[in-house]
Amino acid sequence: MSDDVIYEIENLRLSFPDMAHKPLFGAAPRIEILKGIDMRIARGDVVGIVGGSGSGKSTLGRAMIRLLEPDSGSIRFNGQDITHLEETALRPMRRRFQMIFQDPMSSLNPRQTVGSIIAGPLKLQGFDRVSARVDQALDHVGLPRRFRSRYPHELSGGQRQRVGIARAIATEPDFILADEIVSGLDVSSQAQVLNLLEQLVRELGLTLAFISHDLSVIRRLCQRTMVLYRGEVVEYRDTRALFEAPEAEYTRELLDAIPLPDLEQVWA
Amino acid sequence: MSFLTIENLNARVGTAPILRDVSLSVEAGEVRGLVGESGAGKSMIGKAVLGTLPTAVEIESGRIVLDGEDLQALKPRDRRRVIGAKAALIPQDPLTALNPSRRVGPQITNRLVDILGWTRADAGHRAAELLDEVSIPDPERVMRAYPHELSGGMRQRILIASAFAAEPKLIIADEPTTALDVTVQKQILRLIRQMQARHGTALLFVTHDLGVVSKVCQSLTVLFGGMVLEDTRVEQFFARPGHPYSAALLAATPKYTDPDASLTPVPDAVIAGVEAEIEAHDRMHGHV
Amino acid sequence: MADARGLVKRRAGARLWLSAGWLVLLVLVALFAPLLAPQDPLMQDLFAARLPPFWASGADPNFPLGTDSLGRDVLSRIMYGARVALSVALIAGILTCVIGSVLGLIAGYFRGWPDVVISRLVDIWMAFPPVLFSILLIAVMGTGLGSIIIAVVVIDWTRFARVIRAEAMSQGAMDYVASAQVSGRKRFSIMLTEILPNVMPTIVVLLTLEMGIAVIVEAILSFVNLSISTDDPTWGSMIAEGRLSIHQAWWVLVFPLIALFLTVLSLSQLGEGLKDRFDPVLR
Repeated sequence: MSDDVIYEIENLRLSFPDMAHKPLFGAAPRIEILKGIDMRIARGDVVGIVGGSGSGKSTLGRAMIRLLEPDSGSIRFNGQDITHLEETALRPMRRRFQMIFQDPMSSLNPRQTVGSIIAGPLKLQGFDRVSARVDQALDHVGLPRRFRSRYPHELSGGQRQRVGIARAIATEPDFILADEIVSGLDVSSQAQVLNLLEQLVRELGLTLAFISHDLSVIRRLCQRTMVLYRGEVVEYRDTRALFEAPEAEYTRELLDAIPLPDLEQVWA
Repeated sequence: MSFLTIENLNARVGTAPILRDVSLSVEAGEVRGLVGESGAGKSMIGKAVLGTLPTAVEIESGRIVLDGEDLQALKPRDRRRVIGAKAALIPQDPLTALNPSRRVGPQITNRLVDILGWTRADAGHRAAELLDEVSIPDPERVMRAYPHELSGGMRQRILIASAFAAEPKLIIADEPTTALDVTVQKQILRLIRQMQARHGTALLFVTHDLGVVSKVCQSLTVLFGGMVLEDTRVEQFFARPGHPYSAALLAATPKYTDPDASLTPVPDAVIAGVEAEIEAHDRMHGHV
Repeated sequence: MADARGLVKRRAGARLWLSAGWLVLLVLVALFAPLLAPQDPLMQDLFAARLPPFWASGADPNFPLGTDSLGRDVLSRIMYGARVALSVALIAGILTCVIGSVLGLIAGYFRGWPDVVISRLVDIWMAFPPVLFSILLIAVMGTGLGSIIIAVVVIDWTRFARVIRAEAMSQGAMDYVASAQVSGRKRFSIMLTEILPNVMPTIVVLLTLEMGIAVIVEAILSFVNLSISTDDPTWGSMIAEGRLSIHQAWWVLVFPLIALFLTVLSLSQLGEGLKDRFDPVLR
């Protein structure tokens, strides 16, 4: 770990309009999803973000890469304040932070071939030698180059997620956000994708934020772990320390609730 | 005595077999896990028992015996009556399993009124008792609520109460906790186990999660490509899995208590082995 | 799964080819009507009035589908009538589709104030009773092909706008749209490359339905004598005239009705068939 900070997030707040409680006339009340998040990510770190539904983990991720605009607080990426940047100003920066989505079926346009899906960000960001870079990205994720002409529905779940990873690494970003990227996969392809991600982190020196509800996956992949509960940071520490000696009650509860495939404890 | 016995069940879609000579049984009071990855046919078995198979699926041969009644031999109307009285389902998604435009109470009592011919008043009392039994505070208020006013865990409790309402002999739980947070999952799994033990119900637990199996089941059936690979006790399975595919599945599941163990994806050779078994089976039965 | 899909595809194929066959035939007939028609569709011959179709006794082989009460050839009139029907279907259908889809896409994908403006406009528009609206329009603009087309477009663009808006909204929530944004694609370009191809099957189905509706609207307006001049043969005016002599000469009514029915049915079937072709999952 170096002291080179890639993300610096301070007192981040974000809310959505609550349409369920909107009065007949006038604006809807707002639900606060993120209630003041502080977070630093150093270059080369792999950070796990864990929490239940409603913890705000996906919202935090989408705010980091500015798919959402925060209400207040600040997000600095490579030293630059991107909290309220306009989309036009963000566009040229987008090659530097990429995202891998949870559901590869809905994040890959069903009407485009694998080749044009991966080439998309490269072309938009004005890269040269696009075709060679697409091949290179496919090589990195261990997919044969002939897959360029395939459509997403012709691939298995694990292969689709590899395409999502290839698209994210193709622009050689400084930072990748991975949002629940193995939760929709079978155990066997999940293991493959996790191993691939570990290998890419090693080879390409990726900085990665890995959002997941699965603590076993986080423990395996991440150096630091942030536990979120209802929009607030419960703990943000070294992964090993956090798992071996959880400080917060909620973290202990979370660890205790994981059904491990062994016979040490039977629930009844 | 078995509450449920399936013997050599074969089913197909068009010409493609999806269940291949499936045999299994669930004893009184037993909790059996039905384990497999997507496409293994585990949900199809549950649907075959409950008579809710999609129309494209055709049962070719085999017997499903529910509490002494051979379901395939019954007329469709009698079959529905038998299944309705003796079996129930805890569904996967508590969001879509409850009708969003109706209050919760009638959705529980309907079964009692329709199947057992109870009066509305009796059914209402029973529903309140059941909601109390699944630890729902203030059952009277919850029965008047609409599903969207309740949390996911709460809705799943209601579905559990509703499954046990008519005192079925067999409950099929189809991935009942995949849509829930881990902390809620633990409470719900415990609840299902407690209810099952108290009512002496047999439980067929469909899941892809070996961790869940180890916590709630006594025995399990491992499926791949609609074929039973292994049928064993849970202690036996986790100590010494009996099929290479079972062992590979275990090795591919990460454990936070053992982060440095290498995560081995199911090896291609193992998959090829299972596929060869399936092919041999199909050849024997003239499917190829 | 694979097998079930194959079945769907084969069936859609037969439907697609049958309806496409009828429509191609109709287009050829419309284009070459002057060459193909056995008679002048306007030529009256009171001595040859109400001749029956070719298989009945007393038929004249020069008038294969018989003649009407003024002695005009029914087959020739149907062939010329196809010209009006197809022009209205194509021009009105496409114009309605383009205007409605563009507005629907913008409202559904960009949301915000464009959505508010377009949705309110649609709501207000749809509060007008369509038949009165079209009659009023034609009363103001005068009869003629152009008026009919404008009437169809003005009334029916809301149908496209509403459906395509809803469809664009659901596509807009998909992750591949977010992913295109992460890639740095411009909003307008996302609409064209990510949203449009995925709402295309719906647009195609709506377009063919709209073409059928346009054919029917033209027939209805002819029927109430609000279409183009009564001299030019249209299916609607033939049906209207045939109604008067239904007991003496049923064929004057029935044959244009069959042509109308087959055309509208083929258009809707073509839409269903094409929708599958546009879907890479089913292709």
